[in-house]
Amino acid sequence: MNMPITPQKPAKKLSLKDNYNLLTRGLGWETSYQDMDKVFAQDKFEGIKIHDWDKWEDPFRLTMDAYWKYQGEKEKKLYAIVDAFQQNNGQFNVTDARYINTLKLFLTGVSPLEYQAHRGFAMVGRNFRGTSARIAAQMQAIDELRHAQTQAHTISHYNKFFSGLHDPTHMFDRVWYLSVPKSYFEDAMSAGPFEFITAISFSFEYVLTNLLFMPFMSGAAYNGDMATVTFGFSAQSDESRHMTLGLEVVKFILEQDPDNVPIVQKWLDKWFWRGYRLLTLVSMMMDYMLPKKVMSWAEAWEMYFEQNGGALFNDLARYGIRMPKYHEVASKEKHRLSHEAWATFYNFSHAAAFHTWVPEESEMKWLAEKYPTTFDSLYRPRFEHWREQQQKGERFSNGTLPMLCQVCQVPMFFTEPDDPTKICFRETTYRDEKFHFCSDGCKDIFGNEPEKYVQAWLPVHQIYQGNCFRPGTDPTAPGFEPLAEVLQYYGFHVGEDGGEYLGSLDARNWTQWTGKPAVAE
Amino acid sequence: MSAVIKEKDRVFVAFQTNDDTRSIVEAIEADNAEAIVSRYPAMVKIEVPGRLVIRRETIEDLIGRAYDLRELHINLISISGNIEESDDELVLHWNQH
Amino acid sequence: MQVDIKTTTVTQLRQTFSHTARAIGGDKPASRYQEATYGMQPLVNFHYRPLWQPEMELYDVRRTAVVMRDWYALKDPRQYYYGSYTITRSRQQEAMEKNLEFVEKRGLLRDLPEPLRAKLIHTLVPLRHLEWGANTNNCYITAYGFGVAITQATMFHAMDRLGLAQYLSRIGLSLDGNSGEALAEGKQLWMHDDTWQGLRRLVENLMVCEDWFELHVAQNLVLDGLLQPLVFQQFERRFSSQHGPALSLVTEFMNNWFEETSRWVDATIKTATAESAANSALIHGWVSHWREAVRVAIAPYADAVFIEDAADALAAVDAQFDSRIAKLGLKAAVDTGIAA
Repeated sequence: MNMPITPQKPAKKLSLKDNYNLLTRGLGWETSYQDMDKVFAQDKFEGIKIHDWDKWEDPFRLTMDAYWKYQGEKEKKLYAIVDAFQQNNGQFNVTDARYINTLKLFLTGVSPLEYQAHRGFAMVGRNFRGTSARIAAQMQAIDELRHAQTQAHTISHYNKFFSGLHDPTHMFDRVWYLSVPKSYFEDAMSAGPFEFITAISFSFEYVLTNLLFMPFMSGAAYNGDMATVTFGFSAQSDESRHMTLGLEVVKFILEQDPDNVPIVQKWLDKWFWRGYRLLTLVSMMMDYMLPKKVMSWAEAWEMYFEQNGGALFNDLARYGIRMPKYHEVASKEKHRLSHEAWATFYNFSHAAAFHTWVPEESEMKWLAEKYPTTFDSLYRPRFEHWREQQQKGERFSNGTLPMLCQVCQVPMFFTEPDDPTKICFRETTYRDEKFHFCSDGCKDIFGNEPEKYVQAWLPVHQIYQGNCFRPGTDPTAPGFEPLAEVLQYYGFHVGEDGGEYLGSLDARNWTQWTGKPAVAE
Repeated sequence: MSAVIKEKDRVFVAFQTNDDTRSIVEAIEADNAEAIVSRYPAMVKIEVPGRLVIRRETIEDLIGRAYDLRELHINLISISGNIEESDDELVLHWNQH
Repeated sequence: MQVDIKTTTVTQLRQTFSHTARAIGGDKPASRYQEATYGMQPLVNFHYRPLWQPEMELYDVRRTAVVMRDWYALKDPRQYYYGSYTITRSRQQEAMEKNLEFVEKRGLLRDLPEPLRAKLIHTLVPLRHLEWGANTNNCYITAYGFGVAITQATMFHAMDRLGLAQYLSRIGLSLDGNSGEALAEGKQLWMHDDTWQGLRRLVENLMVCEDWFELHVAQNLVLDGLLQPLVFQQFERRFSSQHGPALSLVTEFMNNWFEETSRWVDATIKTATAESAANSALIHGWVSHWREAVRVAIAPYADAVFIEDAADALAAVDAQFDSRIAKLGLKAAVDTGIAA
């Protein structure tokens, strides 16, 4: 150096909090060459009032260098395990090939949501005006991309050996039961940034996501799927950050203005019910699709919603927030949800990209223990009847198409809250047209925003309108089989991807490759 | 279920079961007298009525090296409760307690 | 339980996902980049029109005037997916952390003579806000762009810009002994000082640019292509040659980053330009328009930083930019005849 140095005081030590605040908080500025309301054009139309974005607290205070460091470490660990899993043919260590069907549901129904979340949080990360809030949303946006990609990379190996995993996003865009998760997420993404983040970060991640990941990942471990456990738990380590964002965002909105409270409560009601209906698919996964079971849906609901969710809503009561509407209906349904769902998919298995089966006697015993008030009386006889039919070579399946709820898009199989033997139908008329719903919850959601839900791309309606055939298909040709054509449009490998598990390609390969029975004893 | 739950709502934290988290769980048990530890396949869950604290120093004493609480995230699976994090401790709590 | 698999009896059913196979021309072993990229974004059968833009679908090619037969042609030559991206950056941040610590411990920036400290604050610290603007713009492209090939890369780019903003903040803290005074001063400069107003106006104009591909061209090719070399090559070299390598140490990341990411930016622009005459005309028009805007915005800054040397420094980055865009099939603005 050719100039004299001018020694200053030594640098003071910064706490994580000070460091974060200095590096982050002042980055944004009040624009003056362009109107701030034009730069951030989307954060007012929902009616949410924010007076001071600086009140936003990010509890984890993650700066980008720390993000790269810890996430890089997680990725190195994860891919090392995925590599080892593939090299060691780990796919054959699972309980039996029935287990793979949970992965099919996951890859076609959940992984695409991770991608949608990536894009949705990128929108929020652009559209909020508060700097810290945007950074938290952006970090979640890139995390969600991580989840979509690590899931594809992990399950890729299973795809090489099993059916139904080969075309997940193509199916996500088309298949009837996958419109349940697709419409759920598009509902959130097509709303404004505050509703999106309340829906996804709070109602889904904070309130409901434990019901998906904790039992599912523990279930994967219990069934010998070390690869899925690894990506699942690795994703969960990000998820705890996302859950915290969910809680912080809702508290922040509520604290900013009392006028926000009724808007948020309405969203909590809507998104609790939307999310709960989506979890129907998880309930049958837990009770029926995991060959070795970790806990029942009813137990999980009690632990993660009634107990933890209850604690959360007790905590939020000081803002004037109450439990979401119809939570008591969900509790009434907890002893029947998975059984009603699995029975329905058993019926329509030929039109699905995963297999179904009648539970083994030992499983029915477990179900009877877990569901003492309902299983033996209401559901066991049905499964036993189907088993008999199947043994006679007449495996039951339903050749019609199910009617779908206009809002959640689940087939209308749910029963009346106070009568588990009677199907619950609700309907309403909007602009001279009739719309059908599975529940009061879904009917209310429609009633609040009919102009949105009339737009729904309902797969069964679309089939009847002839919109689910591949280009160039001639429905007037002799011998035209609509259902077969629809399955082609879905991208299914017909005869391999769906239908009964026993005798399927997966079951046969499993036995041939591992020397183990298709159904583990 | 114990009677405690009727008095205070529980917060919880869950970690992957591995060698890193063994000491963390031990530290939590040491710092939270009412901790209830449940072990599941590949996962360990710790619940505490009202308030749970994870202290950096307790972990450092157990592992014999400097520890940055942000390392917790690598093995974290889930949490419930309001979070306060400083350089020295991570606290989960419900506000009514 | 370990199962003994007679691997000879196992016939793999397929090599990769069907959607990957369709993109790479058949069922053959696919790379992790390919499996992480192709087909991830939903394409059809959207349920609801966005409340915030009811004339468009949730994912819609019409959000830019650029037209591509296949949006996945805009591949990333670095083949970054999340894992390879974060692992690369975690290595780089480790090196950068060492550099920053080295400089901080020895007070190499803090103890500089006052005029030099002031010079660095004036030249570098307000850039953290410009980087935050670049983050905002890349986040916009990620949110509203089409096809994972480009939107995942812009996601990484958005986070990189936050990283750059924070590294510039660290330089500020290194200059002020962690008091935050340099950052406060930098913000004042960014908001009010004449030197910076051209650039702030430009960044704010970019923040309301609606066509996401135009924004990509304007921010990631034109503004960055002119400003980054001006600061991190021209200024850094001049400063280091006179005052030692401290600044080089704390800007090493920026220099490597610019080189690495330019490759990606170039590949996307080159492919989109080569796609059609219409795209080429559009991109030419954008480059020309925004280059003129950058020229106007950057002049007071260059004058303040380089003083009598400003014309030389600007000429050097101009020449560098000309030769760069020539390789992308783009002619320099003077030759196109398109008015700015």
